[in-house]
Amino acid sequence: MALVRMTSPHAKGNNHTQTIMLWVLAATLPGVLAMTWFFGFGTLINICFASLVALAVESLILWVRKRPISFYLRDGSALVTAWLLALALPSYAPWWLTLVATAFAIIFGKQLYGGLGQNPFNPAMLGYAVVLVSFPVEMTSWPAWRGIEAVLPNVQATLGLFDGLARIFLPATQAIDGWTLATPLDVVKTNASLTMAELQASKPVFGSLAGHGWEWVSLAYLAGGIALLYKRIYTWHAPVGMLGALAIMSLLFWNGSGSDSNGSPLFHLLSGASMLGAFFVVTDPVSGATSKQGRLIFGAGVGILVYCIRAWGGYPDAVAFAVLLMNLAAPTIDYYSTPRTYGHRKAKRGMGKTD
Amino acid sequence: MTAASPIRIWDIPGGIHPEENKHQSTAHGIESVPLPSQLILPLQQHLGARAEPTVEIGERVLKGQLIAEASGMISCPLHAPTSGTVTAIGPAPYPHASGLEEWAITLDVDGQDQWCELSPMSDYQSLEPATLLEVIRQAGISGLGGAGFPTSVKLKARPEQKIHTLIVNGTECEPYITADDSAMRYHAEQIVAGIEILQHILHPEQVLIGIEDNKPEAIAAMRKAVGTRDSMQVVVFPTKYPSGGEKQLIQILTGKEVPSGGLPADIGMVCQNIGTLLAIHDAVLLGQPLIKRITTLTGDALSHPTNVEALIGTRISHLLEFAGLQPERLYRLVMGGPMMGFTLQSMAAPIIKTSNCLLAGTQEELPPPPPAQPCIRCGLCAEACPAELLPQQLHFFALGKEYDQLKRQNLFDCIECGACSYVCPSSIPLVQYYRAAKSDIRALDLQQHKSDHSKQRFEHRQERLQREAEQKERDRQARAEKAARLKAAKEAEAAKPSATENDSSVEPDVARLQAQKPSGLSPEQKQAKIAAATAQMALKKAQKQLAANPDNTDLQAQIPTLEQAARDAQTAFDQVQGDLATQPAAEPAAGGDDAKKLKIEAAMLRANLKKAERAAGDSPSAEQQAEIDKLRSEAEAAYARVPAAATSKKPIDENLKKAKLDLAMARAAVKKTEREIDSSPDDEDLKAQLAAQQQVFNAAEKALHEAESNSPIPPPERNKVDKKPVDETLRELKTNLATTKADFKRAERELQAAIDAETDTAPAQDQLTATRAKLDAAAKAFAEYMASKETN
Repeated sequence: MALVRMTSPHAKGNNHTQTIMLWVLAATLPGVLAMTWFFGFGTLINICFASLVALAVESLILWVRKRPISFYLRDGSALVTAWLLALALPSYAPWWLTLVATAFAIIFGKQLYGGLGQNPFNPAMLGYAVVLVSFPVEMTSWPAWRGIEAVLPNVQATLGLFDGLARIFLPATQAIDGWTLATPLDVVKTNASLTMAELQASKPVFGSLAGHGWEWVSLAYLAGGIALLYKRIYTWHAPVGMLGALAIMSLLFWNGSGSDSNGSPLFHLLSGASMLGAFFVVTDPVSGATSKQGRLIFGAGVGILVYCIRAWGGYPDAVAFAVLLMNLAAPTIDYYSTPRTYGHRKAKRGMGKTD
Repeated sequence: MTAASPIRIWDIPGGIHPEENKHQSTAHGIESVPLPSQLILPLQQHLGARAEPTVEIGERVLKGQLIAEASGMISCPLHAPTSGTVTAIGPAPYPHASGLEEWAITLDVDGQDQWCELSPMSDYQSLEPATLLEVIRQAGISGLGGAGFPTSVKLKARPEQKIHTLIVNGTECEPYITADDSAMRYHAEQIVAGIEILQHILHPEQVLIGIEDNKPEAIAAMRKAVGTRDSMQVVVFPTKYPSGGEKQLIQILTGKEVPSGGLPADIGMVCQNIGTLLAIHDAVLLGQPLIKRITTLTGDALSHPTNVEALIGTRISHLLEFAGLQPERLYRLVMGGPMMGFTLQSMAAPIIKTSNCLLAGTQEELPPPPPAQPCIRCGLCAEACPAELLPQQLHFFALGKEYDQLKRQNLFDCIECGACSYVCPSSIPLVQYYRAAKSDIRALDLQQHKSDHSKQRFEHRQERLQREAEQKERDRQARAEKAARLKAAKEAEAAKPSATENDSSVEPDVARLQAQKPSGLSPEQKQAKIAAATAQMALKKAQKQLAANPDNTDLQAQIPTLEQAARDAQTAFDQVQGDLATQPAAEPAAGGDDAKKLKIEAAMLRANLKKAERAAGDSPSAEQQAEIDKLRSEAEAAYARVPAAATSKKPIDENLKKAKLDLAMARAAVKKTEREIDSSPDDEDLKAQLAAQQQVFNAAEKALHEAESNSPIPPPERNKVDKKPVDETLRELKTNLATTKADFKRAERELQAAIDAETDTAPAQDQLTATRAKLDAAAKAFAEYMASKETN
């Protein structure tokens, strides 16, 4: 009878990387549903297409790197990257945009660094940033929402599945006009003459809290994030850091409700990719900071940068750039946020030598 | 449940809640196992130095008898767990992760279970703490919880630090294990008695008995046993792994942390395990040393999981059989719990003092871990870590072997509890990485320490060598200066007599020097000498080897050849030497050398003879006898060849030396007394003393002269002794010469001054003439003396 020789611990909990990834995907579902309700099937089509591209590209690179393909595909990390990217891109982004973003994210953002766990940057945000700077027109073509014809009769929401497929895969056959609108963040950013009340009255893009439809999508992401917190997939530090910093910044630089207003804290929290970023992007453990305190700092950094770019930068939204910038800073944050170990009077911090 | 406790319960960071699996083994209480037929008692059952056996193979020992004693401060004695016969002392199976054997005493059990004489101390309160500590030490008690640190050492780990809190660890946080739980359920009274003994030794202000809330029966039993005692308190706290770690338990009960690298005693606390307290009770109140312990036998591969009171040294197979082992279901055999235990490869090993549990797991129960996936830095490990480390960072740096970073991340504060590995979603064996990194770092540190030490030694040696070289150089310079001075002085001396047309006075000295110094050898002589020495050496070596190994025929055959070669070489040298001897100047030297050589040769032959005799021993073989006879005759012949002068010179020399020494001492005494008389001229005693000393001096002088007349040493040698009075005349003459010369010079100067001053030069001229006459006379006397000395 050969007894096995193994090191302790002999008991093993039932945490699995796949489970974590699947939980993240599941938590995006409320947001996906809200997106689909307000903007049609574009989001779902994008998710499917991006997933296919991600899996195909990941398999290809694993094959080139001579790694066991199914073992690594099963961890689900490529799917998470694809889903987050698909949710961040405009709902009816043309197929080649999704292809470029996803392929870049997987190949350059992840596999070239050595695969899962080795990438210094968030792959989805890297892919997003690449297409944002390369194809700004397509990247700012956000569709009109369900019910737009009631306020703007000449604009149509794209709600049917086949319409959506046609828009995505045959973009040249469709006129650009007539189905896209500027996002609320864009409207506020370019506004220079109207007070906030006038702006809200004159532009149908605004809903009761933030953007029409957008506010519900953001709340759906928030719900998914809370589910993940409840499941202890991640700790509260990074999301709270980001949303807190964003709220504080927008409160400090609100500028009232005049024409030079930057928008209310609530408006910033529920607009653009704030919630998606806070619960699905800055919580990426691989490219974020390590310790709890570090994650709080990391999240806060993202929140501050998001606000700075929104209010004073060249882009209406900024989660991708803010996250990439903070990814760069993460190793340094780690150095300065090491927790105090049991039995030590204080933590060893900074770049100083040991001893 | 915890609400009733007045002690504040603190939380530890991290921790996990693995499935407890404790109920399986608690159904049957504590059972006893039938006596096994053999016990294996490893000498290393504790942390520290291995015990030293005090019994011999074949010796019968009684139950409780000492069979191995502690060797050193941190060590633990060992006692026979039952009566029987020692059948082996040597490497035997040992419960260790490596599966390697360890020295052990094997005891064949005779089944009588006969106790040796015990000396219980029921009135321990009247004893000194130090005495009680010695009792605990002699009972071989080491921590029964985990590491097995000798208890008596732990109790006085920091003698300067007052222990204010005694913590009793009844946590038993590992899944499956119920040994301490059972002990508390069924032996609560004895445990409390054990605590009282420790209270008597340590006098702590408080005793905290920490128990997790998943052991209600144990809590009730302990509360009952403690009763109304104010000095101790049962503290119940929520179940969480690893609350039972010493550092964690201290944090839970007191909120304090043991400093990194320190001991609980550093903050005035000491922590003892339930099993240890039971052993202390047995040792003091029953007089029984530590020979048994409660061990949990559990796991799905056992049909009768239970707790047993087992003798230390019982084979694992014996215990598992008792618990109904189903071998076909057994997949993983763990000693200890599923979190920190280690796997065993064989059931032949015994249980030792630290074995609290045997977990016989099936494959379904303890499945092999899935292949490790990449770390996604999810941070679940950091959330589980009770030491607040960052396991994901440690893993990252351990993979990269970045030891400085690992130290910076406090790797050595890791208690290897396994919580991080337990929660890791990627199934990475994190603890194993840390263990490997720790041992690598320890090995590197040791290496570093060694190389530092060597470097230091090397540097010191370099310094020393340099110092020596400098000293040598200084000495050499000093010698060179001295030689130069001497040479200059000699030249001056040589120049002086030559000025008086007599340089023959130097010659005897030169002759003497030549006679004393070994005459310079010509190159061919040197060669011959070296050849002779080499041949002689080879011969000697062969003889030595033969002496050590008399039966070696090769060597015996070699010896005559070598002897021949040595003789040839010697003859060749003698011949060359003989050529030299024909030169008359070197004759005395060659003659002296010859005598010496002959003597050496004779001595060597005698040494060889002695050696041969020794080698032959009491019953020499025919060959050896022949060799000895030959050597003896050769030695006698050699001694006969040595000139009588060379052999008889020594005693007379001694006489002469002694006489000289006596004379010198007498002279010194006379001089000293004379000096004393100078300083106090009226002292009659001193004068009398001086007279006596002068007599002694005269006697010594006479004795010396007698010795000299007996001495065969040639006159030049004796000149050294005779020279002194002559020297004094010479010195007088020289001084006279110098004074007159100075007078003459002064007269010359005066005359010159008179001429310069244009005064009357007549007196000065007279003076000059007078001094010149004196100088001439002095020079003449000196020359005459030197001439007479030469003819002498």
